Amino acid sequence: MLRQFVLRVLELLAVLLLVSFGVFALLSLVPGDPAVAVLGEGREPSEYAALRDEMGLNDPFFTRYFDWFGGVLHGDLGSSLIPPVVPVWDRLVAAMPVSLELAGLGLLIALVVSVPLAMWSAYNEGGRIDRAIGAFTFGLLSLPSFLVGLVLIAVLVNSMGWFPRTGWVRITDDFGGNLSHVFLPALTIALMEMAMFTRILRNDLVTTLNEDFILAARAKGMPPLRIMVSDALRPSSFSLVTILGLSIGRLVGSTVIVEYLFSLPGMGRLVIEAASTGNYPMVQGAVLLIAVVYVLSSALIDLSYGYLDPRTRRARA
Amino acid sequence: MAGSGIAHLRADEKRALTVENLVVEFPVTGGVVHAVSDLSIDVLPGETLGILGESGCGKSSAGRALMQLPAPTSGRVLLGDAELTALKKNDMRRARAKMQMIMQDPVSALNPRRKVKDLVAEGLEVWGFEGKDRAKFVDDLLSSVGLDPAVVRDRRPHELSGGQCQRVCIARSLALDPDVLICDEPVSSLDVSVQAQVLNLLEETRERYDLSMIFIAHDVAVVKNISDRVMVMYLGKTCEVIPSDDMQNKALHPYTRLLLASVPSAADAQARAAGEATAEAPVKDVELPSPLNPPSGCRFRTRCPLATEQCAAEEPVLREMRPGQFVACHNVSA
Amino acid sequence: MPEPDINHTGDPVDAPVPAAAAGTALLDPGEETAAKPRVSRRTQLLVGAPMLVGGLALAGFAATTALLITLAKVLLLVVGLLVAMNGLGRIAEAVRGKSVDIVFVLGMTWLTVLIGLAVLAPLLPLGNHNDATQGLYAPIFAEPELGSEYPLGTNNYGLDMLARAIYGARTSLVVSLFAILIGTTVGGLIGMVAGFLRGATDRVVGILANALLAVPPLVLLIALGTVLSPNLRNLSIALSLLTIPSMVRVARANTITFAQREFVLAAQAIGATRMRLLRKELLPNVVLPVASMGVVMVSMLIVAEASLSYLGLGIRAPEPTWGNMIAEGEGGVMEAHPFIVIVPGLCLFLTVFSFNLLGEKVQKRWDPRSAKL
Ligand SMILES: Nc1ncnc2c1ncn2[C@@H]1O[C@H](COP(=O)(O)OP(=O)(O)OP(=O)(O)O)[C@@H](O)[C@H]1O
Ligand code: SF4
Ligand SMILES: [Mg+2]
Repeated sequence: MLRQFVLRVLELLAVLLLVSFGVFALLSLVPGDPAVAVLGEGREPSEYAALRDEMGLNDPFFTRYFDWFGGVLHGDLGSSLIPPVVPVWDRLVAAMPVSLELAGLGLLIALVVSVPLAMWSAYNEGGRIDRAIGAFTFGLLSLPSFLVGLVLIAVLVNSMGWFPRTGWVRITDDFGGNLSHVFLPALTIALMEMAMFTRILRNDLVTTLNEDFILAARAKGMPPLRIMVSDALRPSSFSLVTILGLSIGRLVGSTVIVEYLFSLPGMGRLVIEAASTGNYPMVQGAVLLIAVVYVLSSALIDLSYGYLDPRTRRARA
Repeated sequence: MAGSGIAHLRADEKRALTVENLVVEFPVTGGVVHAVSDLSIDVLPGETLGILGESGCGKSSAGRALMQLPAPTSGRVLLGDAELTALKKNDMRRARAKMQMIMQDPVSALNPRRKVKDLVAEGLEVWGFEGKDRAKFVDDLLSSVGLDPAVVRDRRPHELSGGQCQRVCIARSLALDPDVLICDEPVSSLDVSVQAQVLNLLEETRERYDLSMIFIAHDVAVVKNISDRVMVMYLGKTCEVIPSDDMQNKALHPYTRLLLASVPSAADAQARAAGEATAEAPVKDVELPSPLNPPSGCRFRTRCPLATEQCAAEEPVLREMRPGQFVACHNVSA
Repeated sequence: MPEPDINHTGDPVDAPVPAAAAGTALLDPGEETAAKPRVSRRTQLLVGAPMLVGGLALAGFAATTALLITLAKVLLLVVGLLVAMNGLGRIAEAVRGKSVDIVFVLGMTWLTVLIGLAVLAPLLPLGNHNDATQGLYAPIFAEPELGSEYPLGTNNYGLDMLARAIYGARTSLVVSLFAILIGTTVGGLIGMVAGFLRGATDRVVGILANALLAVPPLVLLIALGTVLSPNLRNLSIALSLLTIPSMVRVARANTITFAQREFVLAAQAIGATRMRLLRKELLPNVVLPVASMGVVMVSMLIVAEASLSYLGLGIRAPEPTWGNMIAEGEGGVMEAHPFIVIVPGLCLFLTVFSFNLLGEKVQKRWDPRSAKL
């Protein structure tokens, strides 16, 4: 058990190290001269050369990597190439809460909607309701998040005028304003997650509901809703945790897109802007941070899954 | 036994296969499975050795270890004069081709995605055709195991019955003209009606190709009929080696007698009907001990009606009781 | 599962996939007919035909009317289409004499037509899809009108939307299919070797795959987009990176299962070399699950490509892709000329939907184990 754990941690570290190396290597291949990017065109060649030297661009690749990596360990991710020339880290720290709030709220809405929906669907297994929900979620899964967002905008913003189209108010400044700005983007994210959760949970519930102990409870005349909640849902909560693990990757993706779509000042928009302007320290920093958060949360979910599920715990012992 | 020893080996004769002190262990989480412990075997040319034992006693593990699939934990395997356990990988591969194995489940022993003709030609594909005509060669082999080439040639395994699959397995192992054939419960997954046909085919084949055979089974009757000599195994160890003709009446080891007693023979049935006491001592009904943690001394002692203190302390060694009959037990004599 | 699965660390690329994997069969007509007493063919036809016509009429009205607010229009359109589809299903059942999975048939028809058009695009008498100077002579934002010179309208450069949608399909399909081809081949081979050799190789492959998985798919694409110039080749390679970890996982798991099967031992006993075992015994058995994973992932790649070009990091305008066509709706264009977004959006949706249907079917048949998920 301990050995397993240590191996797992070592592997995690190896993965993170590889990612940092990959990110650095990839963006060191960036075409064009960073010195030109910083100073602009039309300066003296010597000025560029001096800056290049100062930026350490003439050092061997590995020296540069270790310099950079040493900085990363101290929270120094370099500074933005594009004005405003501020430390990358500061920008990331400012953007992070927006993305986290967005993703968190999206996840919450998805869970709140999908659990009852899945129960309803599973309870009517094979019936009209079940098939309608199945078709609806299947359709939703075929809609890229930016299309979902555009449809929501067309209907709820342009037609009904219920929500603001863009902009952001910090939650610490104005709770209500924050909520009105965050709700529609979060809903966009939630819809796709919700479809996924509902489908998986529904299948899980259907399997559980057909197991002997549930059939026995039914035969004894227990009220269906109670069976559903107290007997069927609990075993399925493990799979909910698994689903969460599986969904983070997609969640990050839709958060990025939704931030772009609604012009929200989060990590996603930061990374897209940086990518389209060739601001590579910013891309490096953001990708690395996203990867670390992502890997750690997956590992945490993995761990909690192993802890929650008596089967895997026994198998490991 | 369940014991060890090499008293039964016939070192002064020319042998097709010699196995000395074979040990097969599988490391698993929480210990080591002692699947085969110190097993020694020899087979003369043209001889059939039956290996008898209940499920899980390590018969398949032993058979696979002979094939070096995977190689045994320790011990020597000599095929003719070639010591498989000492050869380099490629030399071993070549030498081993002279020994072939027929698996317990014929259906899973055939790749579901390949056609019968390719399965049968596999040996030639690997080792070269040497001027043979592939199609004719395959057809001949198929006919020799009683299959109609025109019918089965282009089929895939799932389009054949279990018995037909086993015939295909036999055909493909004959392709390399082996000296030794290891049959691992070749009929236990087949219908009773088909069992006899396949057994007959194996007999015929053995005679026609002058094979030495190791025949693994848990069914006493089958082993007795087809073998010249029978080795009884218990939990990875040898209990008794006995000529198959003597088996019914002269077996000495308590475990062998237990096995025989569980097969109702005609004589037994008569005796019981006449109210006579049969010779069997009552056997303690205990579960098969775990191969993870086998009993000390004689491994059979937890179930043996004759067990004494000595049995827990000392492992019995194979001793010759009668000519050709070897028993590993402290408490029996001829 | 006795062995620790080292490739398990969150499988995000899994995530966009299971549209199919997670699925109860969509509107499975088989179950339905089994459950209720069969209706006669005549009744089916009599009910189906008016439903089809009425549904289409309703949808047509919803699409063209100026009387209703958007929300009501959308709802009416959806209802109309569903009714029409149900009607069509009944008619098909009446004609064929057995129940027909009409959604699947329609989806495959869409894919066939789309692929046909995409392949033949250069030969078709299509309008101007990317030449903005020529576009100067054409009307801009011409509304769609089926009989006209611009059946699906024009965009703000006067480029023909139909031609752009078809060339967009070309890009989308070429890039995704190439990426799948690369991904299945490379990922499949690596996974097979890792699963066959196990041990250190397996660990290293696992860590590499996990490192690829450690960056969420879209973010990885964006990072690559920063460096690589966006052309078909680079995009295919970048997208294939998204599929490789999943392919490795499927190939590895299947290889491990099959390598324990007796037929592999049997071939080894005959003397087959490791290379031969991989090629003749394992490959034919691993190919199908890997291929079905490939089919399942096509839709995810189409979405990824569209997202990237929607963000302006993929193929650049005026060269059309569905993603950058949708992006043209920004800045109030969508509000004024909804068709600018609806045309490529619908193409994207229908295509992804159809590939999801196909993926679900294929996986059920070729890889029932992971279809259960
Ligand atoms: N690869 C393996 N890893 C761990 N344990 C194994 C392995 N193969 C076999 N064993 C164990 O070794 C013991 C002997 O197994 P083996 O298959 O040789 O028995 P057998 O006599 O052939 O039984 P059967 O009649 O059921 O085929 C069993 O306890 C089995 O669980
Ligand atoms: S008497 Fe002792 S040695 Fe003989 S079989 Fe029984 S336990 Fe083993
Ligand atoms: Mg066996």
